[in-house]
Formats: sequence, structure tokens, C-alpha cells
Amino acid sequence: MPASKYKNGEQRMIGVIGDEDTCTGFLLAGVGDKNPKKGLGPNFFVVEKMTKQADIEEGFRSLVSRDDIAVILICQHIANDIRYLIDEQTAIASKSALPCILEIPSKQIAYDGSKDPVLSKLRQFLGEK
Amino acid sequence: MKGRLKGAQKGHSLLKKKADALQLKFRSILKKIIDTKQTMGEIMKEASFSLAEAKFATGDFNHAVLQNVNKAQIKVKTRKDNVAGVNLPIFESYQDGADSYELAGLAKGGQQLKKLKVNFGNAINLLVELASLQTSFVTLDEVIKITNRRVNAIEHVIIPKIERTLAYIISELDELEREEFYRLKKVQDKKKKIAKEKAALHAERKARGLDQGDGGPGESIFDEEHDEDLLF
Repeated sequence: MPASKYKNGEQRMIGVIGDEDTCTGFLLAGVGDKNPKKGLGPNFFVVEKMTKQADIEEGFRSLVSRDDIAVILICQHIANDIRYLIDEQTAIASKSALPCILEIPSKQIAYDGSKDPVLSKLRQFLGEK
Repeated sequence: MKGRLKGAQKGHSLLKKKADALQLKFRSILKKIIDTKQTMGEIMKEASFSLAEAKFATGDFNHAVLQNVNKAQIKVKTRKDNVAGVNLPIFESYQDGADSYELAGLAKGGQQLKKLKVNFGNAINLLVELASLQTSFVTLDEVIKITNRRVNAIEHVIIPKIERTLAYIISELDELEREEFYRLKKVQDKKKKIAKEKAALHAERKARGLDQGDGGPGESIFDEEHDEDLLF
């Protein structure tokens, strides 16, 4: 499941999992790619209110297992839904380190620092030291 | 054995240095990450705001954008940064190819759309930087744990073991030496004793020889004890 090891100077893409507006914004900036050559499918996944949990998990898993994506941006409220998958991924990430999962705030819901696993670990460290 | 002890001690001090260097880099990253995350939160807010503005001006273009995706312009390049022997991944965003949404918004709301693209572009740059920091953080954390484990293992297991072995060997050698010494002493004492007895016998025979004058040479030959063996 974890992505393969990266070599120096390789090209990677940025993946997005978010609600329609977030995805649109990033696509407009030029992140989106339908990969016509490789046939791997688009590197973004739109999550709407009625998207089933299973679909979200499927989308996340497929993006994570692709080895041409180095960073995955995911809206925080979606991340909360698949929190256990992300934790699993961070545990495995110690072997390959890629892709890096970044949680971003969405329009409706303000950024909650305590839910972000990386931030909470950070706070732990700073609190100790 | 002593060589091994020296080697283990050197390895220990080197590893400790590595662990310290890593800790330093680690802590410098920590603060940076927190600051960057704060900035990111603000930038995202701004970006979504300009998105709302653009929507207001142009109408809903979500579907058009989602359909028109073709090739990615913004990609990241991975680079390996070596810190005290650890490879840390660093991402650099770069533009590859022309903007495929160049013609978007020509109808109406072009200004807002442009601003939106710029805002999200900035957001992406910041996010890429954040991603690099985060991966370095995670990797460093892992490596520091492993290095500390090794340092502790060497300090509490390997070095004491080698020292105990050394002490045992030295004590064994000492004991052998003592045994040798004791043996030597015993042999010396025995030799002294034998020499003394011989001298006493000799003196006695001499005294007897004087009393029994004629049988002197014959008797002395018969009475002569056989010579000691010559051992080469």
C-alpha cells in the first residue's frame, strides 16, 4: 500500500481530496491531471455531502497507492471521517515517507489544530522540550 | 578484546553526536512547521474567499473546470537532503507547461478568476513547503528514535558486556600467574630440602668414613647413591 521509495529529482504530482469548491480552486491553479498517458485516472477526488464513506476510503486508498503523487491535500472535515486510514498511513509512512498527507481547512469548518495528527505530535514535543 | 571495547566506545560517542545533530535539526523544524501551518490557514481562507468572489462574478464554473482537466502544470520535484547521514525529502514546486485555463473567464469575471488562480497558486507554494517540512519531521522523528535506541543499547548492553569479559579474562590470567608462582615456590622449597638432605647424608658418611678408614674407597663406591637423572 505505501508508495515506492523516491529517488532524487523525480517528478511528482499533488493530489487533492476535497469538496467541490476546494478541488475547483486547486484545479484552476493547475494541480489537476487526468493522466491520459498512464491511465491512472485523475489525481483529485471530489467529496460531496452524499458521497459514501466507502467511496471516500476507496478514493483515499487509490491516491495513496499511486507512486506518482508526492503530496495529498485533504480537507480537514473529510480527514476526520477517515481518520483511522490516515493514522494507518502515517504509521506506514516511516518506511517510505511518501506521500505526505496535508490537512487543509475547508470553507465551512475552521481549522482545528487538535485533530491534526502532525500538529498534536508537534505540540507534544514542544510541550516536553 | 581491548580493541573491541575501544571500538564500541568510539561507536557510542559517534552515534551520540549523530543523535544530537539530528535533535538540533528536528527542533529547528518544529517551530517552522507551526508557523507555516498558521500562515496556511490564513492563506486558505483568502483563497476560498476569492473563489466565492469569482463564483459571484462568473457563475458556477465548478463543473466546467472539473471536466476540462488535462495535464498538470504544477508539479513537485523531489530532492534528497542529507543531514548527518539521514536522507530527508524536500519538495520543490515547479511549473511544467502552459496554463491550461488560460482562456477561462474570458466571458466574464476574468479579473476575479485571475486573482483566484494567483491566490491558489500562492497557497500551493506554501502547502508544498509545508509538505516538505512535514515529511522531514516525520522521517527525522523515526530516525532519532532508532539512533537513540542504538545509543542506549551500546551504552547499557554492549559496553558492560565487553568490560565484564575483559575483567574476567584479567582475573583468570592473574589466577594462573598466582598458580604458576605457587608451583615455582613449591619446587624451590623441594629442591632446597633435597639439597639439605644430601648435605646431611654426605656429612654423615664423611664422619663414618673417617671412623672406618680401610673400607673407605670400596665402601664409598657401594654406598654411593645413584646419580640424579640428567634431564634435557
